[in-house]
Amino acid sequence: MSNNPLHQFEINTIVPIEVAGIDASFTNSAVAMIATVAVVSIFLIMGMGSRRLVPGRWQSMAELSYSFVADMVRDNVGNEGRKYFPIIFSLFMFILFGNFLGLLPYSFTFTSHVAVTFAMAMAVFIGVTLIGIARHGLHFFTFFVPGGVPAIMLPLLVPIEIISYLSRPVSLSIRLFANMTAGHTMMKVFAAFIIPLGFLGGWAPFAVDVALSGFEFLVAFLQAYVFAVLTCIYLNDSIHLH
Amino acid sequence: MPQLDVTTFAPQIVWLVITFLAMYFIMAKVALPRIAQVLDERQTRIDDNLEKATALKKEAEEAATAYETSLAEARSKAQEAVKAVIDAANAEQAKKQDELAAKLNVDLEAAEARIAEAKDKALANIQAVSSEVAKATVEKLSGVSVDDAAVSAAVAKAMEQS
Repeated sequence: MSNNPLHQFEINTIVPIEVAGIDASFTNSAVAMIATVAVVSIFLIMGMGSRRLVPGRWQSMAELSYSFVADMVRDNVGNEGRKYFPIIFSLFMFILFGNFLGLLPYSFTFTSHVAVTFAMAMAVFIGVTLIGIARHGLHFFTFFVPGGVPAIMLPLLVPIEIISYLSRPVSLSIRLFANMTAGHTMMKVFAAFIIPLGFLGGWAPFAVDVALSGFEFLVAFLQAYVFAVLTCIYLNDSIHLH
Repeated sequence: MPQLDVTTFAPQIVWLVITFLAMYFIMAKVALPRIAQVLDERQTRIDDNLEKATALKKEAEEAATAYETSLAEARSKAQEAVKAVIDAANAEQAKKQDELAAKLNVDLEAAEARIAEAKDKALANIQAVSSEVAKATVEKLSGVSVDDAAVSAAVAKAMEQS
């Protein structure tokens, strides 16, 4: 392993594939994504395997993740959000388990790549905008006109609203990518000091890394939660407009 | 920074699309319906049990009311029965008392009659004895033999005066 703290983010091609001129190589990032889907599916499907009326620990956790996201969608979007629940649930679990699995030593965190987070954020942004236009037609664009504002202010406020709307996918993707990258880099930086500082001095960066590990678990959950909640809020905006 | 290496974008996004679509279909078609079914079943079961509990509670309250009613009925019936028995006993006693009194009256009357008869007899005897005594006394004292009828009349007259 290299001591370069950014080495852990490198994409390594395992099987080079090219389809219709597009590079679709199977990489360590793809392995992490497939592992995430597999772990989430096993966690939920096998956890609910016995379908007991009084759940055990595993079934409880599976049910808890379901009701956690269901409550989030209900609180932020309301009843119209029910049909978008599966996509928001998938998004939340995909990011959450991607973050968690990325915390395992020697694993890869696909959410630390801006290409992935920006693709997800753009998908959310375009999807939410299309839902808004489909529901409200041209009336959707009144979303950019704040209510209760004097007409003279509108030439200033409407561009601001549009810019803030367009910056949503940027902030959504950068937030997740930056948090994951910064956390993992910091852990690696402190980890690199442990052996060079020797048996006596190495305890200090080691203790910091122990604390950071706990903190990173919090960040992993929090960022998945933030991504899902913001998706709900954007969805709510395009369904209800203001 | 490896994140900014543009050549890696295409494979990442391709596999993101593939894996996320797989994720979505597994969640939407398999995992979520299972969880929803279990949660629904539990909710239905809880609602059912609550309903059952309410029904049972109502039944218990009805039973308690019925018990109270029958208890009150039984109590009033028992009171009536006790009252009837007491009345019957009182009536019997009164009847017996009357009978006894009547019998005693009859006996008393008979006794009085006997006493009166005895008294009359005694009186009659007294008169006869008095007449004889008077006659014997007169004969002894004066030596005169007196007529029986005259003595009897005199004795009767004297007894009436006394």
